[in-house]
Amino acid sequence: MVFQILNKAELCDYYSLNQNPGVSRKLTNRPDKFAYLDEEKITLQLIRYQDKNQVHLNFYLPQIHCSSCLYLLENLRKIDPGVISSTVHFIEKEAAIIFNPSQTTVRKVVETLASIGYEPYISLNDLSAKKPKKDKSLIFQLGVAGFCFGNIMLLSFPEYLGIDVKDQYLQSAFRWLSLFLSLPVVLYAALPFYRSAWSGIKHKYLNIDFPIAIAILATFIRSLYEVVYANEGGFFDSLAGIVFFMLAGRVLQETTYRRLTFNRDYKSYFPIAVTVIKDNKEFPTALPEIKPGDTILIHHDEIIPVDGILTRGSAFIDYSFVSGESLPVRKEIGELLYAGGKQSSGAIELLVIKEVSQGYLTRLWNKDKEEKEHSGSPFFVNFLARFFSVILLGIATLTAIYWYYHNPARIWPAVTAIFIIACPCALLLANSFTSGHFLRIFSQHNIYLRNASVIDSIRKTTHLVFDKTGTITDSSRFEISWHGLPLSELQKSKIASLVSQSSHPLSRAIYELHKPCSSLIPQNFTEQTGLGISGRFEQEIWNIGSLSFTEYRGSASEGTNVFIVVNGQSLGYFHFNNSYRAHILDTMAALGKKFNISLLSGDNDAEKNYLRKKLGRQTTLLFNQSPEDKLQYIESLRLQGAEVMMIGDGLNDAGALKRANTGIAICESINNFTPSSDVIMEASALSGLHRIISFAEKSRQVVLLSFGISLLYNTVGMYFAIQGILSPLIAAILMPISTISIVLITFFTSSWYGKRLR
Amino acid sequence: MSVIIVLIISSISVAGIFLLAFLWSVKSGQFEDPVSPASRILFEDHPPASSNAKPQKSNNTDL
Repeated sequence: MVFQILNKAELCDYYSLNQNPGVSRKLTNRPDKFAYLDEEKITLQLIRYQDKNQVHLNFYLPQIHCSSCLYLLENLRKIDPGVISSTVHFIEKEAAIIFNPSQTTVRKVVETLASIGYEPYISLNDLSAKKPKKDKSLIFQLGVAGFCFGNIMLLSFPEYLGIDVKDQYLQSAFRWLSLFLSLPVVLYAALPFYRSAWSGIKHKYLNIDFPIAIAILATFIRSLYEVVYANEGGFFDSLAGIVFFMLAGRVLQETTYRRLTFNRDYKSYFPIAVTVIKDNKEFPTALPEIKPGDTILIHHDEIIPVDGILTRGSAFIDYSFVSGESLPVRKEIGELLYAGGKQSSGAIELLVIKEVSQGYLTRLWNKDKEEKEHSGSPFFVNFLARFFSVILLGIATLTAIYWYYHNPARIWPAVTAIFIIACPCALLLANSFTSGHFLRIFSQHNIYLRNASVIDSIRKTTHLVFDKTGTITDSSRFEISWHGLPLSELQKSKIASLVSQSSHPLSRAIYELHKPCSSLIPQNFTEQTGLGISGRFEQEIWNIGSLSFTEYRGSASEGTNVFIVVNGQSLGYFHFNNSYRAHILDTMAALGKKFNISLLSGDNDAEKNYLRKKLGRQTTLLFNQSPEDKLQYIESLRLQGAEVMMIGDGLNDAGALKRANTGIAICESINNFTPSSDVIMEASALSGLHRIISFAEKSRQVVLLSFGISLLYNTVGMYFAIQGILSPLIAAILMPISTISIVLITFFTSSWYGKRLR
Repeated sequence: MSVIIVLIISSISVAGIFLLAFLWSVKSGQFEDPVSPASRILFEDHPPASSNAKPQKSNNTDL
């Protein structure tokens, strides 16, 4: 079908560009899926710019993955002539589309995209807020600082190498030039340090940027004085160098993780619009405008966006996202359906009883939204910095007092020199390079951290809380065991052919277990969604399904079972166990020796004994936990003073993930949508959790080591500074040596520790 | 020796031009997507409209 479209538009190059273009297309969408895009109110919020002749809009197309995608999407105008142009931004997976509103519409463009396999991802987030503008000012500042640094270095040569007496005028010309070149550094490039230092002072603590800002200003004022009054060289090269290197460290830290989204809220999950039924007519309506009392239509495979009462249709809701329960549940007419579930058998109608923002799940999600921002103590480098600032001020005061009694003329050069030389830039660099490098090593192992301070909160963890379903178990796999009379090959084939007719996850799992060698076709096949299936093979009537459906007689173990009854005679049942991820229980048992561990599960306690045996006595096991219970549990742990790390997956853990000191979201693939969290981790990395925690602990050692070395340099510099004989030459030698050695040391030690992660 | 002054001034102005070029290229978003322009150049019939669209796009990202 895709081929036909492409062929018509002569775009078959698509297939020759890449060995393996395209992803297999999912089921065809129902025709009115994008009907809501005809509503002007909704589309207006998607459009960036429009006039009579053209409309500009951006779509997020998560399917973009190769150069063929690029080719196809940029030739969109051949498929839909109304499109004027389309430009793909590969990294952001975005397409900027410009079309002519007299020839096509937003809906048509989206439908075209969907028909060739690139269904745009449109979420409520697009509706409520525009994306924050990318901040490039740090790059500008880095560029300016680099430019000034290079030129000042060049102009400083005469200072160090000496110059002929008759060329003295050149030297003073160079000094003035350096002074002018340092102005952009002090006034523009160093702005982030002033800002951060000032906000620290406002909150009444001295952060790492405070001594840096002091050093920059002290250096500049002293150099200014020297050039203007004292006919000396000043420290412009050191000044520009410090700012340049530290900005480079910051840029490195900030660019590592811009692409992953960590701050998702419920709006990213819910559809942008739903169909409201009024007077037997369907109206597509934007989600925020749904009011209690409306009747809405939920189609097959759609997520229920609001709490409501089922009024028509057969509901078979997959709540795995919300409750962690791995199997879909059946709901009768009149029952309350919570938002977040996914309907999986045909269309249903709901009577809305609450607004979207008032639903059970959204309230949970919105709870203590602000709290996380300043939870946890400041990064321990800030502690070192405070300690550093206090000592520095102490030394400066003592020096000033000493020189006041011995030689007052030296107070000024000595005190300024102390501030210049004792700049904690080595510490800050050690910190930003170590964090940046740690983040990179983590990402090589498919672990993505929100920012550098997360390393610190991982390090402090004392209590680990695991979610069970989907986190330590693999929801897509079951361990199946047969209990009952032994089955013959023929019986196995019959079971397999029966269950192959059903799309229920349990049926699929049984089918995988007993693939039929000869295919038999059952007669009178019927399925009652969520209950069971029945069919006839010649004289035998087979019923497969739940206890009540099959009227199975006999004892059965607790948990998830599928019973088989033939001609009223009970044959036995399949017992379903969640299948645990490889090595995860061993990892948890090992972690249990060092940390407190809790396991929370939305499921029943069928596997309690097994888990108890595997994980030992000290592990807390809690079952039948609602999302709210999980959140409360985390809260109570934190009240007891524990530093909690929560490891969970779906929406049901979202509240708990947010509340924990460190929230780790587990996903099968990084491109899947995960709840808001501090860390996004690929499921395969989970079994190495103990190594990850101990690796994070090493970050502190690396920073402390570099801090020690930078103290050594500082002591040497201090020796000259206190005497008031610090020359620009010494400053200019010490500064790059300390910087480069610190960067090298942090790089090699963290890589060395990183090797143990494997 | 005053020729050195002339040389220094001209070298700093040349460096200044490069700085401006760098700032401009960052501002216009040239470092944002290193993948698509590289493969776009290989396509046989390049869509002519998208070369016009480019400046418009960059203007809009700055809004």
